[in-house]
Amino acid sequence: MSEMLLEVRGVTKRFGGFTALDGVDLVVRPGERLGLIGPNGSGKSTLVNCICGALRNEEGVIRFEGRDIGAQPTHRRTRLGVARSFQIPKPFVSMSVLDNLRIPLLYAARQHEKLATDRVADEAMRILRQVGLADKAHARSSGLTQVDMRKLELARAMAAKPKLLISDEAMAGLSASEVDDILALLSRLKQQGVAVIMIEHVMRAVMKFSDRVAVLVTGRKIADGDPQSVVANTEVIKAYLGEQ
Amino acid sequence: MSNRAFAAVAFAIALAIAAASQLIANEFFFSAAYTVLLYVILATAWNILGGYTGYVNFGSAAFFAIGAYTTVALFYAFKAPLIVTIPAGTAVAGLAGLGLGYLTLRLRGVFFAIASLALAVVLFTFVVNWDFVGGARGAYVMQPSEVPFGLKRYIHLLFAIEVLMAAAALVIARAIETSTFGRGLAAIRDDELAAESAGVPTLKLKIISATVSGALMGMAGTTFPYYLSYIEPSSAFSLSYAVNSIAMPLIGGMMSWMGPLIGAVLLGTVQQLVQVTISSAWNLLIVGVLLVLFVTLAPNGIMGWVEAWRRRRNS
Amino acid sequence: MEFPTALLLNAIIAGLLLGGFYAAVSVGISISFGMLDVVNIAHPAFIILGAYISYIVNTHYGVDPIAVSLLLSPLFFLLGMALYRVYYLCFEKRGQESLRGLAFFFGILFITEVALILIFGVDYRTVKTAYADTTLRLGVVDFPLRLVVPFLVSMAMVVGIQLFLTHTFFGRAVLAVAQDQLALRLMGVNPVRIKELAFALSIATAGVAGAFLIVIQPVEPSIGREYIGLVFAVCVLGGMGSIWGTLLAAFVLGLAESFTSTFFGPSWAPAVSFGLLLFALAFRPAGLFGR
Repeated sequence: MSEMLLEVRGVTKRFGGFTALDGVDLVVRPGERLGLIGPNGSGKSTLVNCICGALRNEEGVIRFEGRDIGAQPTHRRTRLGVARSFQIPKPFVSMSVLDNLRIPLLYAARQHEKLATDRVADEAMRILRQVGLADKAHARSSGLTQVDMRKLELARAMAAKPKLLISDEAMAGLSASEVDDILALLSRLKQQGVAVIMIEHVMRAVMKFSDRVAVLVTGRKIADGDPQSVVANTEVIKAYLGEQ
Repeated sequence: MSNRAFAAVAFAIALAIAAASQLIANEFFFSAAYTVLLYVILATAWNILGGYTGYVNFGSAAFFAIGAYTTVALFYAFKAPLIVTIPAGTAVAGLAGLGLGYLTLRLRGVFFAIASLALAVVLFTFVVNWDFVGGARGAYVMQPSEVPFGLKRYIHLLFAIEVLMAAAALVIARAIETSTFGRGLAAIRDDELAAESAGVPTLKLKIISATVSGALMGMAGTTFPYYLSYIEPSSAFSLSYAVNSIAMPLIGGMMSWMGPLIGAVLLGTVQQLVQVTISSAWNLLIVGVLLVLFVTLAPNGIMGWVEAWRRRRNS
Repeated sequence: MEFPTALLLNAIIAGLLLGGFYAAVSVGISISFGMLDVVNIAHPAFIILGAYISYIVNTHYGVDPIAVSLLLSPLFFLLGMALYRVYYLCFEKRGQESLRGLAFFFGILFITEVALILIFGVDYRTVKTAYADTTLRLGVVDFPLRLVVPFLVSMAMVVGIQLFLTHTFFGRAVLAVAQDQLALRLMGVNPVRIKELAFALSIATAGVAGAFLIVIQPVEPSIGREYIGLVFAVCVLGGMGSIWGTLLAAFVLGLAESFTSTFFGPSWAPAVSFGLLLFALAFRPAGLFGR
């Protein structure tokens, strides 16, 4: 059991009379790449919100590195090593691109990496180079293109030095080459030993990236395993006609 | 410029102003300047929670009055001098900020704003019913006959204290702005959920911000009972404090310590002139109209214009 | 000691009558804040404005203030539309509702109060109605008509609004816009227009409530501020956007104030509504990340 980085067991989340998540089980091992797919409204973002603490699940338990984090506020979970990007990018608009990264570096990364305050800018630049935003370091974060905003979202999550990074539809609406950009970015995380949950509708990216694929339909997990067998699963095909 | 250097410069300027003031013969200057400086402190304090953190406080009058009435209460109970009542009033107001923050900052910003207004009304009712500090009739706090430091009149001392307090407030605001704490506040202001997800302990930082903001607003009120030697609830809790502490940072610019200073000096001076030439009701109307105009048309204030102009020049 | 039955019964009746009035005062906020999520802190300003306008017409022409307010409610409706246009263009569209929107409405509240001070001064104003001095008596209980008449009209107004919201297309569109704007757009309805009209309705109710206010008690410009806590307390306690909830919460508040006034003295009454608000916020928080 201690091999599991993230353990989601029997998580149920209701909004009034509507059940968004119904007894969902999910595990992620250290360094693993998990693709999470499912039709719109199937509960993927709700699950992410429960894992990260933006929402509280009514039933079930969420364990990270063996510890129950259900009572922890979001910022503590980030400090423990769970970072996420937002489906609709939420940059800190009054700050430059580089300053956006200072926040997670100062508040989250410090927990597992001794980072002196004067080294923060250097570390931020290093991450920006990794994602290809180095030339925009001092640009205002409010005027970026779509793909750059997505990169900033992911860069900000990476700057928290997580052990698990959840990427929430970072590729939605992007062109093929932009998708490849993001894909390369996420793939590099594997080298750093960071586990990734990729939530996407772009099937070719999911297939290329994932070690394992899980499928969520109307709040229930209907498949979980090797990518090839999951997409061949008749129930999956029935419930969710993927793209590409 | 480091914070220490800035502090040294600020206090040096403050002392210089206090000393130079002895050359001024016009006594009206002192009461007008005292009021303007009071607003510098109030606006700077408000902006720590308002502009830096993004939470609107409608109850500035409550914190101001806490500072004022702490002075009154301690004066009546122990004949406490200003050197005691200033830190005491600041501390009590800080506690009020802490309490209000702890109760309501978990919720949406609008609830904090309404609760702050509620605090002002509740406190006002409480003070009106509290006979020890004079209740609705008001309280008298006599200025000491001996003025220390060889100053000519007591109002000169009050002026000097206000200048130093204003310097202190500006130093604190600037120190916050450039610190890690200040970056965290800015993240909360820009996007609280994203800040929380980036590891910022949003509730803790908000509460600290509310405490500091409340404390400094209280500090602004601690010398007020001596200003007219008399204080009563309606003037201590005047709506003018609430609207000015919002209008001044808004007009000056809410992103930096310079905004509230500019806003307070400009708007404060205009008000002193209008009040004397026209009336105080018209004065307040002008402030209200300026507030609405700026918030709809120029929400980044004067500093925003400067920034935009600078950016256009560089591009 | 003799149980103060008469006192108690009168406190209850006064509380209920007052509660009916509070419902009229708060139903607008239930719409603008509870359903549309617009933090119109200036709502009480329009109540006071309505009170003064009724006062002017009543003083010059002798017409009953409540009748005046109902006749003039279209004016308030239009005023509400204009106000929402400005709010939408400057704030909601730019996605900066919270801080700037709050400051904006606070400015409006403030300007209204000061303008009224400049025009009317700070003296209390009252109106003359046919029933102002009449009090019905049933056993030991008093029913002052100056409370009863506003109560009845208020009930009619609140029930009317609830029926309107649940039984007309426009009304149901308002309920829908609170929940899912996208779906509404897909149905071909412009949510902005719906919100604008709903907001206008909320301001219209404020104008009418103003007439109730000045019938019940003398009015001066600054009392608007005391009602801010009241209307938001009622809205939050009532469940944010439920008209029946607002009605119930209004009665609770009316009773609480009546009891406080009767047994502890009237000078503590303003603190009651705000105290209840703090209580409501502590135990019914809408929460920061979810509603």
